[in-house]
Amino acid sequence: MTLTFIWTVAILTVLGLVLALILFWVARKFKVEEDPRIDEVEKVMPGANCGGCGFAGCRAFADAAVKATNLDNQYCPVGGDEVMQKVASILGFTVAAKAPQVAVVRCNGTCSARPRINEYDGVQSCRVKAALYSGDTGCAFGCLGCGDCVAACQFGALSMDPETGLPVVDETKCTACGACTKACPKHIIELRAKGPRGMRMYVSCVNKDKGPVAKKACASACIGCGLCAKTCTHDAITVVDNVAYIDFTKCKLCRECEAVCPTGAIHGVNFPKELDKEAVKKRIADRKAKAAEAAKAAEAAEEKKEVANG
Amino acid sequence: MGKLTFSMGGVHPHDSKYARECAIEELPLPQTVYVSMAQHLGAPAKPLVAVGDSVKVGQVIAEPGGFISAFVHSPVSGTVKAIAPRKDLAGNFVTHVEIAVEGDEWDPAIDRSKDLVTAIPDDKAAILDKIKAAGVVGLGGATFPAHVKLNPAPGKVAECLILNGAECEPFLTSDYRIMIERPKEIVVGAAIMQKVLGGCRCVIGIEENKPEAIAAMTDAVRELGYANMEVQVLKKRYPQGGEKQLIDAVMRRQVKSGGLPIDVGAVVQNVATSLAVYEAVQKNKPLITNVLTITGDQIPGNLQHNYLFRIGMPLSWIVEQAGGVPETAAKLISGGPMMGKAISNLDAATVKGSSSVLYLSEGMTRRKPATSCIRCGKCADACPMGLEPFLLNRLYKAADLEGLEANAAQDCIECGCCLYSCPAYIPLLDNIRQAKGQVMGVIRARAAAAKAAAEAAKAATNK
Repeated sequence: MTLTFIWTVAILTVLGLVLALILFWVARKFKVEEDPRIDEVEKVMPGANCGGCGFAGCRAFADAAVKATNLDNQYCPVGGDEVMQKVASILGFTVAAKAPQVAVVRCNGTCSARPRINEYDGVQSCRVKAALYSGDTGCAFGCLGCGDCVAACQFGALSMDPETGLPVVDETKCTACGACTKACPKHIIELRAKGPRGMRMYVSCVNKDKGPVAKKACASACIGCGLCAKTCTHDAITVVDNVAYIDFTKCKLCRECEAVCPTGAIHGVNFPKELDKEAVKKRIADRKAKAAEAAKAAEAAEEKKEVANG
Repeated sequence: MGKLTFSMGGVHPHDSKYARECAIEELPLPQTVYVSMAQHLGAPAKPLVAVGDSVKVGQVIAEPGGFISAFVHSPVSGTVKAIAPRKDLAGNFVTHVEIAVEGDEWDPAIDRSKDLVTAIPDDKAAILDKIKAAGVVGLGGATFPAHVKLNPAPGKVAECLILNGAECEPFLTSDYRIMIERPKEIVVGAAIMQKVLGGCRCVIGIEENKPEAIAAMTDAVRELGYANMEVQVLKKRYPQGGEKQLIDAVMRRQVKSGGLPIDVGAVVQNVATSLAVYEAVQKNKPLITNVLTITGDQIPGNLQHNYLFRIGMPLSWIVEQAGGVPETAAKLISGGPMMGKAISNLDAATVKGSSSVLYLSEGMTRRKPATSCIRCGKCADACPMGLEPFLLNRLYKAADLEGLEANAAQDCIECGCCLYSCPAYIPLLDNIRQAKGQVMGVIRARAAAAKAAAEAAKAATNK
């Protein structure tokens, strides 16, 4: 009995030692030489593995960053400038600061603004719903309300508002990884610059229908009237396919477009003061009157010149 | 020969063909018709008319927009009012030609007599041209342009033309009615297609629940005496009318994954397509009419009809003529209850492939809440393509595209047997349809990349 016990322990010990030696030898012999900086870079990454940077995960990003000659084509939206600075210092690159971005839901077709015209009884998934038909409202472009974006968000930044039937972005949690923009079959969600102190303007509609059709489907639709584009003094607004778009790189946050929009499709968020529409409208009118006067004066001067020359 | 059927899967829903005794009635003309430019599989047609043009019945109003596309003709006489996007029955915008109806003046080239013309022209190319010019598309559901299917790629030989009279979808009776009322025209149409395909065998497959249609078609085949043509009785089983299932049932051959029926020597056309071919070739009449069933469960007999409609008539007009939407109807479906699409917009215009308006009651159509999979395997038993729907559903949820492709999600024919048989009410088809779309996208992208690479290599060697 004792002998069996001793034998067992002895054999297993020897076996263990031999296998350990083999493993040791294999680990030495077939060691993959990796740049140690990959580990270093990975350590400073957020570790979300969200894929927002376009790589499979944080390690893939680190790998690519180490092999790259500069960091112009790489950006970690989750870590932002802070992480990028750290990565750059490890690798000896310099990176320019980037404006932080945030996901913006460009649909304001709330349950009250956009009446439901039929009932959807299928799988609660926007992708499935979009493949079947245009949706349970008259608008074929708007939010389908099944929450594919919410499911796609790894950071818990999105939630459905049961009252409006629309997703809401929690700005403090949104990392601008872009997962929701890819999940939305209607391409409603867009990454936009967060803006100074979070202030930003955007057109909360993507309806490409002509004005009357869009208006009939949804009370807060962009009808493509172009008033905003005409009013904008910064050349930031374009109207293509009956829908306005504000270029956030040009927008100066003057809020004039928001004041003139007849359907309330243009939203300004995080402004410290409520928009005084009348005051802004008056400002625009005054400016226009001034411009007209100046034009008249210029014309008169021109005429005078001609008379003098003649 | 005994009754045949396909070898794998399938379900047996109650056939519910309540409108089978309703003879085909012709609908009066509405004031306006809306002719869709996307009535067929493939590229949308390009309008040839302008606003203000006056058109006659049967006049070409749009030309094919690609190789797989079809001509579209005016179903009425009148003036073109607009060419603009309009919502189809799923609510998506499609370009429609709006025509205000004035009188009923037909193109003089169209033979409107009821006489049967049995003499088939000799020139195959001329027949194919006529079929193409008449805008004939497959009327079994997929609306694939008929001239493309009847003109196999070089090297492929058609051994058997299968005429699909299975009409395996419950409720639908339009094919049944035309087989009873116009069997001879269908048989001549089949003979024309036989000729185009080089004199192959022709089998007319009809399910056993339609004995009158079997008798009428058998009589017509005997009377007209075309060589190599027979009626084959099939067992009643859904989805017998699926192209691959019908080939399996009649020829005992299976189409490979990703293959076409012609790879096993088969060409399948619906009986309604055969009738359209007859009218196109023998009567010069383009595809501007079709037969549509109005029926449903818990619907009084006087609201059930089989109508000969002009393409482009709004569904709302047809429903109104039929006596309005009954109160019991909770859901309206275009097509059969298994594969049809819910109508979210009743103002939508009918298209070439419209086959029915079904009124389904709340009890029949309401989905029950899905519960957990109990691994009973009923879906795998029911799948006529030999797939494992429960597995595909799981792979879809895990977003495993490689797994989906390896398990042939792309072969799904969307017949709905899995969903029909699932005791846990899991929305299998909804998810698999998505999965199929994604896998098809991957396959197409890969094919395109391979083509581009081959071309680049060719260009490099030429240099």
